[in-house]
Amino acid sequence: MKLPSSMNHGTALLWKRRALSSLSTTRRGLPKPKMSDNGTTSRGKVLTIDNMNPTVKKVEYAVRGPIVQRAVELEKELSEGMKKPFAEVIKANIGDAQAMGQQPITFFRQVLALCSYPELLSDSMFPEDAKSRACRILNSCGGNSMGAYSASQGIDSVRQDVARFIERRDGGVPCDPDNVYLTTGASDGIVTMLKLLVCGEGATRTGVMISIPQYPLYSAALAELGAVQINYYLNEEKCWSLDIGELQRSLDEARLHCNPRALCIINPGNPTGQVQSRECIEDVIRFAAKERLFLMADEVYQDNVYAEGCQFHSFKKVLFEMGPEYSETVELASFHSTSKCYMGECGFRGGYMEIINMDNDVKDQLTKLLSVRLCSPVPGQALMDLVVNPPQPGEPSYERFIKERTATLSALAEKARLTEQVLNTVEGIRCNPVQGAMYSFPRITIPEKAIQEAKKLGQQPDMFYCMKMLEETGICLVPGSGFGQREGTYHFRMTILPPTDKLKILLNNVKEFHQRFTQQYS
Amino acid sequence: MSQQAVNGVPCRGKVLTVENMNPNVKRVEYAVRGPIVQRAVQIEKELREGVKKPFTEVIKANIGDAQAMGQRPITFFRQVLALCSYPELLEDNKFPEDAKQRARRILDACGGHSIGAYSASQGIECIRQDVACYIERRDGGIPSNPDNIYLSTGASDAIVTILKLLVCGEGRDRTGVMISIPQYPLYSAALADLAAVQINYYLDEDNCWSLNVAELKRALNEAKQHCKPRVLCIINPGNPTGQVQSRQCIEDVIRFAKEEHLFLMADEVYQDNVYAEGCKFHSFKKVLFEMGPEYSSTVEMASFHSTSKCYMGECGFRGGYMEVINMDPEVKAQLTKLVSVRLCPPVPGQALLDLVVNPPQPDEPSYTSFMKERTAVLAALAEKARLTEEIFNTVPGITCNPVQGAMYTFPRITLPPKAIDKAKAEGKVPDMFYCMKLLEEEGICLVPGSGFGQKDGTFHFRFASLVMLILQKYSHSLNFSPFCLITTNFSAFHGFFFLFFCFTS
Repeated sequence: MKLPSSMNHGTALLWKRRALSSLSTTRRGLPKPKMSDNGTTSRGKVLTIDNMNPTVKKVEYAVRGPIVQRAVELEKELSEGMKKPFAEVIKANIGDAQAMGQQPITFFRQVLALCSYPELLSDSMFPEDAKSRACRILNSCGGNSMGAYSASQGIDSVRQDVARFIERRDGGVPCDPDNVYLTTGASDGIVTMLKLLVCGEGATRTGVMISIPQYPLYSAALAELGAVQINYYLNEEKCWSLDIGELQRSLDEARLHCNPRALCIINPGNPTGQVQSRECIEDVIRFAAKERLFLMADEVYQDNVYAEGCQFHSFKKVLFEMGPEYSETVELASFHSTSKCYMGECGFRGGYMEIINMDNDVKDQLTKLLSVRLCSPVPGQALMDLVVNPPQPGEPSYERFIKERTATLSALAEKARLTEQVLNTVEGIRCNPVQGAMYSFPRITIPEKAIQEAKKLGQQPDMFYCMKMLEETGICLVPGSGFGQREGTYHFRMTILPPTDKLKILLNNVKEFHQRFTQQYS
Repeated sequence: MSQQAVNGVPCRGKVLTVENMNPNVKRVEYAVRGPIVQRAVQIEKELREGVKKPFTEVIKANIGDAQAMGQRPITFFRQVLALCSYPELLEDNKFPEDAKQRARRILDACGGHSIGAYSASQGIECIRQDVACYIERRDGGIPSNPDNIYLSTGASDAIVTILKLLVCGEGRDRTGVMISIPQYPLYSAALADLAAVQINYYLDEDNCWSLNVAELKRALNEAKQHCKPRVLCIINPGNPTGQVQSRQCIEDVIRFAKEEHLFLMADEVYQDNVYAEGCKFHSFKKVLFEMGPEYSSTVEMASFHSTSKCYMGECGFRGGYMEVINMDPEVKAQLTKLVSVRLCPPVPGQALLDLVVNPPQPDEPSYTSFMKERTAVLAALAEKARLTEEIFNTVPGITCNPVQGAMYTFPRITLPPKAIDKAKAEGKVPDMFYCMKLLEEEGICLVPGSGFGQKDGTFHFRFASLVMLILQKYSHSLNFSPFCLITTNFSAFHGFFFLFFCFTS
């Protein structure tokens, strides 16, 4: 916008005032003038932090946030020979099992090698069941190759296998392969479902209920989509359980300023590790039906249940056991992936979602939307197939598979117990039982002095705590503020994934750090 | 929304309906996998169930899916992927040493030495370094910084991410994005999804689909009336139009982008697919840097590449990268944060990309067989491109520009007015009507030109010339040249279509 040269001083002032008043109302302001000096344009960048997508700026994802960036720097410094009070950085920030030394399931990797390089099908070192799985997968690929695009919804035969897996898991409750969509990890499925749900402006904008603490994928996706985040708090005093009274409170409050349409549940919980009781799931379903909410059940930790008396119940199964009044009406999407459980194959980005009672026209829209990204990675689809259709009794790989699977799951159970036990010996740290998933989310007491110190630095107190722990011990955790927590409480998330020996040392270092920190700031 | 309850039973519709879903998603269209392809899948199913059709197999010429069309993967790439998937094979002596060495290098760069671990969100560091070296080699030594490389889930992922960063403003301030018409519909779909303003600039069909800066200027000036143009997207070699941009034209585009203060997005996934004599691929990056610091230190650009096209055709692995140039550091930090939410691109795809940018070298054991396979694929593709153009141009009522590059022809078809009327009566776009008939009668699945955009009153279809590989396969068994097969089918169909709609009432 240039001032016309004919404009006199008075009009120019008027113009300026008008421009300034519009600036204050819109805050979007004036376009930067394009000044020309000697013919060279002196302009800033096309894309700057001030004129980029504002919803992207609001996105936060603590699991890979500043702490992790600093951890990567520290690793580099160590490798360059810099002296630190520790010899290695231990990344306990992310549920990345194989990075922590967990071995992949042999059978899965054999089949993937066969699919990658089918010449190996004539190699006698591979068991017959691995070969037959590989042939089945390749036969359902275009040109018998994993290098071809698949259907956007995923390879037919893999979706059929997923459907059969769900039926077996849910005691025979039927599953239609047409309702199964293969995804790029569970994250992709979750973001896609949220995207479908978002509409309206102002007070009619879609609101989505998420637990606090939550897995920050949810808050990040909602920020990006410009949806309204509705927080319901898990009850830390009752082992992070979900309370319907609290759901109702948060929903009623939210109805004043948005249109709540979806309720997200993570079970087993991330970062909180609780496993929902059947009773609680029923209550949630009744609540969703009564309040007309679309249910999203994130069940990626379904095999990670450790505590005695706890059992995984899928939302789908409970929904169908509640009878047609619910099973024919409540809209549900549930998510699973290859990244967690006993597989820990995060890098392959395999996953699926099952949708229940979705409107047929919306389903067409979903299929169309997914077609734009062509297909989820085919090696991840192949891996998903193996997870839902593992070696069966009588097949040559069965024993080894079960042995590997059991070893991983029992090691995780042992580490869950160990983590809770050791952390609870530390004064100022209180940890709920890790009933499931892969994390502990202990509450920490931070001395007032440290809180003041953090505020001076413009940091959240638990960020300050975690950053200090990283610098002093090389342990990389995620502060509770990255997941959300009740005001005035502080936590951190720590994975239980390091090998037992290492975990013991790590827990001991956490203990010593906490004692040191408490002393320093008291 | 009223929650009426009759006799205690709530009688309500769904929570999520097509009326109350995200309106942007509804506007998304992606013809490459649209209604024609859905019908093709149905027909395939009907054929399997024994329904009689005038053909025995559906020929899918709708998508650039090389391996689905019978193209063989590069042996070396797949050997390394097998080794990475199941490292026990590193002990196996039937794998060449260079494959093992590549696999070890990739595994060493993975967390826990496993491709099952998440990678850094931006991609595995040593692979980003290899990509940077590749770009430097390709561009005659112009430096590339691995920090500017982001690995992605195919090129699509990266394109959508950059567009996402750029979208802001409301009403007349809303970001406008210039895309070519015809375009690859990922762009229009992403813009619909992001509610950005699509600004069409038309390629010049009469000049072999070339890009004309005056047309860019026209489109930009018109768009400035109702939105804020900030981005210019170029696909080179062109999809669906197959043109290869001259160096001169690229310079003009860069000058235009600088003058008009536009962010450049260069989709270069077909960079190895250049067939026509006298044509050569020039990367936007290289031309930008050769234009001197006035341009190379100011023009903001992102360029995209993937493992899905060229001689590899490894679509299923969803490997890709983008390089960002002159991006504001704060925006770059936002980009890194944004991609961290999806954790990382698939690691097997990253590994594959590493092999593409760091293939066997002349002194390595796999070099000869790699070169042989690579050359054979590219030569076959060049032959298909030539053949397709030639065939279409023999059919009356079809005219086809030379396929200089990429994997498609986009011939123009003449449709009789009656066919156009009939289509309109059925509520169909005329070339959709044509393609649907072609599918039903000949079993050939194409994408109508309307899915890519075209000048009003002209009609086209996109034909993936890869399909010729499959036709060749048939021709051996039928003792029938692919040339004859496709000419006969097309001529007959097109001729009949034409006559039918000219002389019936």
